[in-house]
Amino acid sequence: MEPAELQTTQSNLPIYSRSFRTAAWLGWQIESNWTDPFLFAIYSIIKPLAGAAILVVMYSVITSGDFTSPIFSYIYLGNAFYMYVGAVMSGVSWAVIDDREHYKTLKYMYIAPINIPAYLIGRGVAKFLVASISVIITIVFGVLFLHVNVDPAAINWPLFFVALMLGVVMLAMMGLILAGISLLIVNHSWFIGDAVAGALFLFSGAIFPLEVLPAWIRPLGYVMPVTYWLELLRRALVGRVAEAFPTLINISNPQIIAIMVGLTIIFGSIAYFLFRFCEHIARERGLIDMVTNY
Amino acid sequence: MSNNSSFTPLAVDSQSFTEDRLHKNSGWKLYYQTVIARAYPRIIGQQREKSWLFFDIFLPLLSVCAYVFVYRAIKAPEDYIGFVVIGGAMTAFWMNVLWSMSSQLYWEKEQGNLALYIMSPTSMMAVLLGMALGGLLATTLRALVIIVLGSLFFNVHYVVTSFLQLFAVFFLAMVALYGLGMMAASLYLLLSREAWHISNLAQEPVYLFSGFYFPIKSFSFWISAVASIIPLTLGLDAMRQLVFKTGPSLGFVSVPIEIIVLCILSVVFLFAARLMLAYMEKLAIREGRLTENRR
Repeated sequence: MEPAELQTTQSNLPIYSRSFRTAAWLGWQIESNWTDPFLFAIYSIIKPLAGAAILVVMYSVITSGDFTSPIFSYIYLGNAFYMYVGAVMSGVSWAVIDDREHYKTLKYMYIAPINIPAYLIGRGVAKFLVASISVIITIVFGVLFLHVNVDPAAINWPLFFVALMLGVVMLAMMGLILAGISLLIVNHSWFIGDAVAGALFLFSGAIFPLEVLPAWIRPLGYVMPVTYWLELLRRALVGRVAEAFPTLINISNPQIIAIMVGLTIIFGSIAYFLFRFCEHIARERGLIDMVTNY
Repeated sequence: MSNNSSFTPLAVDSQSFTEDRLHKNSGWKLYYQTVIARAYPRIIGQQREKSWLFFDIFLPLLSVCAYVFVYRAIKAPEDYIGFVVIGGAMTAFWMNVLWSMSSQLYWEKEQGNLALYIMSPTSMMAVLLGMALGGLLATTLRALVIIVLGSLFFNVHYVVTSFLQLFAVFFLAMVALYGLGMMAASLYLLLSREAWHISNLAQEPVYLFSGFYFPIKSFSFWISAVASIIPLTLGLDAMRQLVFKTGPSLGFVSVPIEIIVLCILSVVFLFAARLMLAYMEKLAIREGRLTENRR
């Protein structure tokens, strides 16, 4: 009888697939089964709409409700798609904290025949789905009631789906980097996803053009992958709005896609090696089953 | 026997020592002792874990910066930048009330401490008051740092018309807010896994309806009036009226009226917290929810 292979990062496609699918189902159950479907739906709608409404009211107060201006669509769409950033990154990294500190099951995951990175990415799927519902509702609300200039017939759908897919993969890789770091730190694991998402929110031009930032901070925005991702999504959905702002006007769509692919490969490689490194350190220090009670 | 006699003095010493050590306060002294004891970890814990300060200040400051740049992008008057800085600082109090007051008894239940609180010979009101006092002091420090840094970063100008009214508004808003937190904490006694989700849900809608980043007057009168149930709504509105040049013209109602409403809210919330805590505690005991742990 052969000994069980407990290496968590083995390259075995069926194990990847099974870990991912099971984790996605588990994540969905955790996200949704704390209440009945109706209340869950309300919960999923209210939070993102309230977040968007803050920006809408701020804009409305200053411009006396001039929602036809390109800047409004820029702000509104950037804010809507930014929901993916927090959801996917936090969804993947939060699973470490949730399993280790709350459910105290991370050690059992490590002795199960699964691939841990695939499992963690799978746990992020539920948040991705919830975020997708929120993004769709927010955009539909904006189009119906706030004159956001999204015309379904004019959308560059292939570009949109390529951009969305690339961005989500890139965010999952960034989430895996945070998950690796979460394995090693105690007190602030809770905040890592929020802190990174908050920083990206500020520097990536999600809700204002990068030109508004002081000149010395602006370069930070140009090295943030989320900046290019949001630009590509805006170009796919509302090309004229994107053209109204000079931030990345000299870079063509294929060039931005190439940048996104490059960044996704870079983040994927960093995530793979960093996660393995952090995992090794966590095993060495006995941190896998640590409960800090913070 | 010789052994017994040799131990007698020690036993007597030990007994008197134990009596000294086990002197038990009761009445208002016990109440006061409990308040201080529960406030202590809130304040000292922060000193011991200084990196929490970074996260508690850094994250709200990022939001403040983002909203300030939105106002700059749409060319808002400069006072709106100040509105955001003050509102951003006040988010620290709402977060504290939400996560460290309302949800606290749920966390205590999760960690097994709640039953110990109930068993101890002290008042749960004193425990909640201690949590509120400790949280308030610790959060005030964070809010001050956010205001100072935000004001320096964005060159915010303040024109304070009355320090006395400003202090009164802040004090009353905090009493009412933490009273609301104490009231909500008793509700959370009955909650389980949904507590986290409910707290999470209550963040953005309150930021919206309490006007953390814009004057509450932007809403219709009735929406603003209903939103005034959250003490920070009127507190923020009054503070903005008192510290910014354009504040009075953008205020919801006059500052004296807001002070009177905050007084009423303070009394109502504290009184309701006392009643609800007693009722919910009995209900939780009867339904066996004090030690349940549904993850």
